[in-house]
Amino acid sequence: MTEHIALVVNGQPREGDVEPRRMLVQYLREDLELTGTHVGCDTSQCGACTVTVDGKAVKSCTMLAVQADGATVQTIEGMAGADGALHPLQQAFWEKHGLQCGFCTPGMIMAAADLLTRDTEPTDDEIRHAIEGNICRCTGYHNIVAAIREAASTMRAGATAPAAASTAVNA
Amino acid sequence: MATDVQDVLGESIKRVEDPRFITGHGRYLDDIKLTGMTHLAILRSPYAHANIKSIDTSAAKSMPGVLAVIVGADIPYNPLPMAWPAGGSSGIVNNVNMPRVLATDSVKWTGEGVAAVVAETPEQAIDALEAIQVDYEPLPAVIDAEKATQPGAPQLHENAPNNVVFTWPVGDKDGTEAAFKDAEVIVKQRIVNHRLIPNPMEVRGDIGLYNPGTEEYTVWMSSQTPHIQRLLLTAFVTGIPEHKVRVIAPDVGGAFGTKIFCYADMALVMFASKLVGGGRPVKWVESRRESYGSTIHGRDHITYIEIAGKKDGEVTGLRVKTFANLGGRLSTIGPGIPTTLYARVLSGCYKIPNVYAEVTGVYTNTTFVDAYRGAGRPEATYVVERAMDLFANEIGMDRAAIRRKNFIPPDAFPYDNPSGLGTAVNGEKIYIDSGNYEPALNKALIAADYDDLAKAKAEAKSRGKLLGMGLSTYIEVCGVAPSKWIGAVGEGWGAAMWESSNIKVHLTGKVIVTMGTSPQGQGHETTYSQVIAHELGVPMDDIVVQHSDTQGTPFGYGSYGSRTSSVGSTAAIKAADKIRDKARRYAAHMLEASPDDIEVIGAEYRVKGSPEKKKTLQEIAFALDLGFSLPTGMEPYLDETAYYDTPNCTWPFGTHIAVVEIDEETGDTDLIRYLAVDDVGKKINPMIVDGQLHGGIAQGVGQALWEQAVYSDEGQLLSGSMMDYALPRASWLPSFELDETVTPSPVNPLGVKGVGEAGAIASTAAVASAVNDALAPLGIRHLDMPYTAQTVWRAIQSAKGGPA
Repeated sequence: MTEHIALVVNGQPREGDVEPRRMLVQYLREDLELTGTHVGCDTSQCGACTVTVDGKAVKSCTMLAVQADGATVQTIEGMAGADGALHPLQQAFWEKHGLQCGFCTPGMIMAAADLLTRDTEPTDDEIRHAIEGNICRCTGYHNIVAAIREAASTMRAGATAPAAASTAVNA
Repeated sequence: MATDVQDVLGESIKRVEDPRFITGHGRYLDDIKLTGMTHLAILRSPYAHANIKSIDTSAAKSMPGVLAVIVGADIPYNPLPMAWPAGGSSGIVNNVNMPRVLATDSVKWTGEGVAAVVAETPEQAIDALEAIQVDYEPLPAVIDAEKATQPGAPQLHENAPNNVVFTWPVGDKDGTEAAFKDAEVIVKQRIVNHRLIPNPMEVRGDIGLYNPGTEEYTVWMSSQTPHIQRLLLTAFVTGIPEHKVRVIAPDVGGAFGTKIFCYADMALVMFASKLVGGGRPVKWVESRRESYGSTIHGRDHITYIEIAGKKDGEVTGLRVKTFANLGGRLSTIGPGIPTTLYARVLSGCYKIPNVYAEVTGVYTNTTFVDAYRGAGRPEATYVVERAMDLFANEIGMDRAAIRRKNFIPPDAFPYDNPSGLGTAVNGEKIYIDSGNYEPALNKALIAADYDDLAKAKAEAKSRGKLLGMGLSTYIEVCGVAPSKWIGAVGEGWGAAMWESSNIKVHLTGKVIVTMGTSPQGQGHETTYSQVIAHELGVPMDDIVVQHSDTQGTPFGYGSYGSRTSSVGSTAAIKAADKIRDKARRYAAHMLEASPDDIEVIGAEYRVKGSPEKKKTLQEIAFALDLGFSLPTGMEPYLDETAYYDTPNCTWPFGTHIAVVEIDEETGDTDLIRYLAVDDVGKKINPMIVDGQLHGGIAQGVGQALWEQAVYSDEGQLLSGSMMDYALPRASWLPSFELDETVTPSPVNPLGVKGVGEAGAIASTAAVASAVNDALAPLGIRHLDMPYTAQTVWRAIQSAKGGPA
């Protein structure tokens, strides 16, 4: 028995038939071959499978694929621009050595992306709390926090420049 | 390629690995999809100790999608090999019991594999496991290593009376006894170094693929040691010829020791692939819960410490008895960890003249124990650092002062360590290569405001907090190991432990480096590129580093024990030396000069005194690789391989300081500062070095404060999932304050030592020291880890005479 679902993943309309017990992460990894989203545990603790669903960070091992019917999903593969330009979070993780083995990194970046849409200038404490659902075993989080702080700063600078331009046009 | 190529050695270069990881294009084991892939699942024992009376697979065989159901009796392979006996070739008896690919007669821990299903989908394989009927005869279990050796304890193996794997003495028993007889002060303490579950974020997995046309196998595995696994699986387990097997480790999502070893599942996927459809690929990936029972655990020592010395703080003797829990059967190098890598380095950075240790390896009904980050050295550091603190407290001496008094002095290197590593066997010794311990201690004390500790404690007390500061002045032994020493002593893999590198400079001038080591997140592709760029004067962009595939890389022993930078990088340098030498000889031929007259500046090969007469490495490679005009006796192509055996291990050291605040009402313990001054010698990439330290520190702090593998008395793993096993979270940790001293290792040309384990080796002891310091005013002398709120609260209540 399968259910038909249709959703938007990384800007692309996708549809297919899935078993009702199929988790969103399996749908992404196996049906859509988006293997950047990882599975690190079986109790929704590690956060390696974090993606955004309608803009909010979700552990995709906890959500059924059928629950994502009609939703907009973004995974790590959708973070860079169409021209390959890295998202500020990706760039900052690279610059600040915010990853080692790389296995938690996609989930960590997606959780951080959610944070930075809610809070453009988080403190280190706020960053640490925001990624509490994402376990990294390599970095001790030190450089992940630094990377998210750096990305927030880059994104604020990026946000003010176009805003100023549009104000000028409107004036 | 010119002389103005920036020298990248020692620079914090961004990692070349990262673009694939930050964009979701890493390729870990479970990301690999092969045509016709089948999926294997393993039925694991629910009992810690039981005889298997019968297994009925008939119902499972008819389940949807099931291709095969396998039990142990079906598999003609040998048990897995034990490659590192306690005591090496010294004649110590090791009562060896190794896991079979699937258990046949009995199970010794919850999680031991008893049957397997191969099916079209992972879900079908798991569903079919439920239909296998195993008739078990449950037996009494024993969990605690010390209790397991007592009379009347349940017995696991006929060949191991009292569950003893080995009893291994090391050091000078009589001399130590005499030191204790003469001592002014003796302090004794029983300490527990509890069991840990390593938890790399990527679990283990394998894919087996048999080709009936060639009778060759390809095995993908999440491994730190693909070459060794091919050797062990072929020569010891399956009997399949080594040249018929190719092992590939794809991107590995962390390992921390767990992926060094030979596991049953590796052989199982090989067997299953031949069985199923005559060569369909078979994938097995453990679940996290399964991993907690089927992948090795770490630590788990019970140790009786005795330390002797004078009232002025001079330590004259250290005597240690340790029960090392090795689990229900042995893992690949299980016995080597609490012996060679623990008892032989027990005296740490101190010139303790008399050291004697006796280690008893013990079978219990638990998951096997083997190397977890630091592997023996965190346990040794914990012992000696707790001992120094206890001794200092006993005689009323400052904890930093007692360390200063007993440090091996800087002029004593190379130092012959009395607890065993320096013990000559056939003339082969390992010395502590170098060290200068006091500057690191002093730097750390100043940064931590150690002199104002009393003031800080008083201020915290006014807020209802108990503040403690802990010291750990550790050393670590990296770069295992000189093959001559291993050959003579027999400790180590039972094989040599050199490393290898091949460098090819292709016609276009692009450089391909293949290495025998295998990374799991350490950034080897970056650091080796930096080393080769420095050696050959080529830009990093022109270099690619390949590894982790037995087809196409020279045999190597892999990456563990913080050996890659010291042993692997030196192999790469030796290969580069050969490249430069051949390029110089060919440049001389091209420039009609004598090779002795060619000077090499970066990638330029010039005639001395005539700098306009020159060839670049790219020009030389192009001509040499074409081979149109070769001097007599010279082979075409710029392609050189080096195998490098290190003359000695390397010995990083440093001082770590932890500051904790304990809520006196709740026992909640907060790590408020963590400072580390490490001396890892020269650094290839300081950013990567710092990252290794951060991660190691977090894991060691995790052990001290939160992490613990807990079994019920019946052998059920109570901390059996990530919901029950407390891994450090971002909000529980501070940012770390790092500093350095630099004492280059004299052992290798780069002067590097190794850094993968240092953080984890130092930090557990530092936090334990801090917590015990915080609790000392209550009259608490020693508290065992982990310092969960409950443990600390109980200790506080007990000290105050309340409920405990």
